Amino acid sequence: MFTKPIHIKLFFLAVLIAALLLPLFISDAYMFQVVIMSILFAIATCAMNLIIGFTGQASLAHGAFFGIGAYGVAILTKAGVSFWLALPAAAVMAVLIGLPVGLISLRTRGHYFAIVTLCFGVIMWIVAGNWIELTGGENGIFGIAPPGDILVPLIGRIDFSSQAAQYYLALAFLLLTLWALYRIVYSVFGLTFMAVRNNEALADAVGINTFTTKLISFEAANFIAALAGGLYAIVIGAVSPSAAGYGLTFNFLIYLILGGIATLSGSVIGAFAIPILMESLQFLQDYQLLIFGALLVVVIIYFPMGFVGGLRRLNQIIADRRRRKKSEAVHVSG
Amino acid sequence: MELFLQQVFNGIMFGSTYAIVALGLTLVMGILNIPNFAHGHLYMLGGYVTYFFFATLGLGFWLSLLASMIILGMVGVVMERVVFRPLTGQPPINDFIAAIGSLVFLEAFALAVWGPQGLRITNPYPETFQFLGITMTVQRVLVIVAAAALIVGLHFFMKKTVLGATIEAVAQNREGAMLTGINVNRVSAITFAISTATAALAASFLSPIFMLSPSMGAILGMKAFIIVILGGLGSIPGAILGGYILGLIEALGGGYVSAAYKNVFAFGALILILSIKPTGLFGKKEA
Repeated sequence: MFTKPIHIKLFFLAVLIAALLLPLFISDAYMFQVVIMSILFAIATCAMNLIIGFTGQASLAHGAFFGIGAYGVAILTKAGVSFWLALPAAAVMAVLIGLPVGLISLRTRGHYFAIVTLCFGVIMWIVAGNWIELTGGENGIFGIAPPGDILVPLIGRIDFSSQAAQYYLALAFLLLTLWALYRIVYSVFGLTFMAVRNNEALADAVGINTFTTKLISFEAANFIAALAGGLYAIVIGAVSPSAAGYGLTFNFLIYLILGGIATLSGSVIGAFAIPILMESLQFLQDYQLLIFGALLVVVIIYFPMGFVGGLRRLNQIIADRRRRKKSEAVHVSG
Repeated sequence: MELFLQQVFNGIMFGSTYAIVALGLTLVMGILNIPNFAHGHLYMLGGYVTYFFFATLGLGFWLSLLASMIILGMVGVVMERVVFRPLTGQPPINDFIAAIGSLVFLEAFALAVWGPQGLRITNPYPETFQFLGITMTVQRVLVIVAAAALIVGLHFFMKKTVLGATIEAVAQNREGAMLTGINVNRVSAITFAISTATAALAASFLSPIFMLSPSMGAILGMKAFIIVILGGLGSIPGAILGGYILGLIEALGGGYVSAAYKNVFAFGALILILSIKPTGLFGKKEA
């Protein structure tokens, strides 16, 4: 039921090989940075997809949890903790902070949930800008060191100060996220997420604990978002309140909707295509958000399933036409 | 005591703005069931349009205000027609996402046209006077008076005119209103126009007092949402009362506790109240 056709599998394999070889072809350090950032945004967008796309709860606190990850890693590494400890610690922190937030906000539904989570996002953003002793206020935290070397058996010592190494680190996390989400979404447990999304009352009636389901989805999304944020802190080397702002949430939402909501590949495509498109449309710098804002409205009205959803529909239409032709041929010969 | 009174005065002034903006939002949300998240950004646009007529074209303050209200009313009609009407019957989250798209668009539009730096229009009524030991400027008193006048005017419009009754009929029962021959689409457009025009009015009155900036709509829009949810969806008295209460909480909290965390009070209050009563203070029970 869930296996994909062979040509799609081959296509994914080709993309993976291309991604692994990519550092050989990018010479421009700035563009490389854009690609690494896209990977991190893709991780965060995938996580957003879990709660919004698959569970149907519009959590707009996503940027805040990304920020908790970023600030967590920044503060802990500045205090002398190794990055490899700080990253999981920051992600666990996001889950702990997410627990009361989820317990409160998930009692509400629909628009109310979106607004409550957005309020939480704004509070986090204000705190990041004003708790100067901890977060450095509006200036943020500078000079976050790259992760320390690690010893890997057979390969040897890996040094994470180069861009290529950070790229592979980010890519590894993206693949890990995709694998984890794939396992979740195509499991019975993932089906309960979608049951809650499609009809919460019905899901409740057939014995699904909808509240716990939503809470788990929310917390899983927060955990992954914080991981992406933690990686962001070391790739950029600095964090500022904008890394926890609701503007970031809206960006993720744009990637998610334009790429294709409730599809695993859609969030990755959206998070990759849009920032790279923005960079290549430098001459439109001032009008970028003008275009993307309008695009978001157009897509949600006419293509609510986004780019990947559009592709699927196209696929469906072609398949239908083929089937119809075949059945016509049968009728003629019969 | 003087500090207290001064804060109360400021609170009422802020509250007046909140009340007007929340009033517009509650009309759209309660009657059309559209969570117009871009409402704060329409307020922002209203302020800039006033700036354009007043500072760029050199029209008088009242004329600029009127022009801004008319233009924003038209923007509201266009927005209802282009953005929200095609989404009727879709999952409610799509309305929300479309509203976020609109607000991103509006903010980028203001940024592209007027730039990121704050703008201010020269105060047409800068005179100050003393009353009960506190300093007031005429402009600030004007904000309070205008808000009160608008609220009273809107009340009579809703209760005493046929059009007002029509809007209320649609709010109560959309299908029923259609059956009696009310053009629901026309009512939607009018409601949107009233909502955006009142937002423009609030922005025009405040533009001589506070800087205009493209990002000013975001926080105000969220606060308006908070007020509407706390006051009960579609409840006009709730929006007005909620607006004044929020203004007072902020002014007193900002004056006595911490000015930097002024905005946290509003958002914190919402989270607290919704955690106790998930459908809002005066919200109806979920079906």
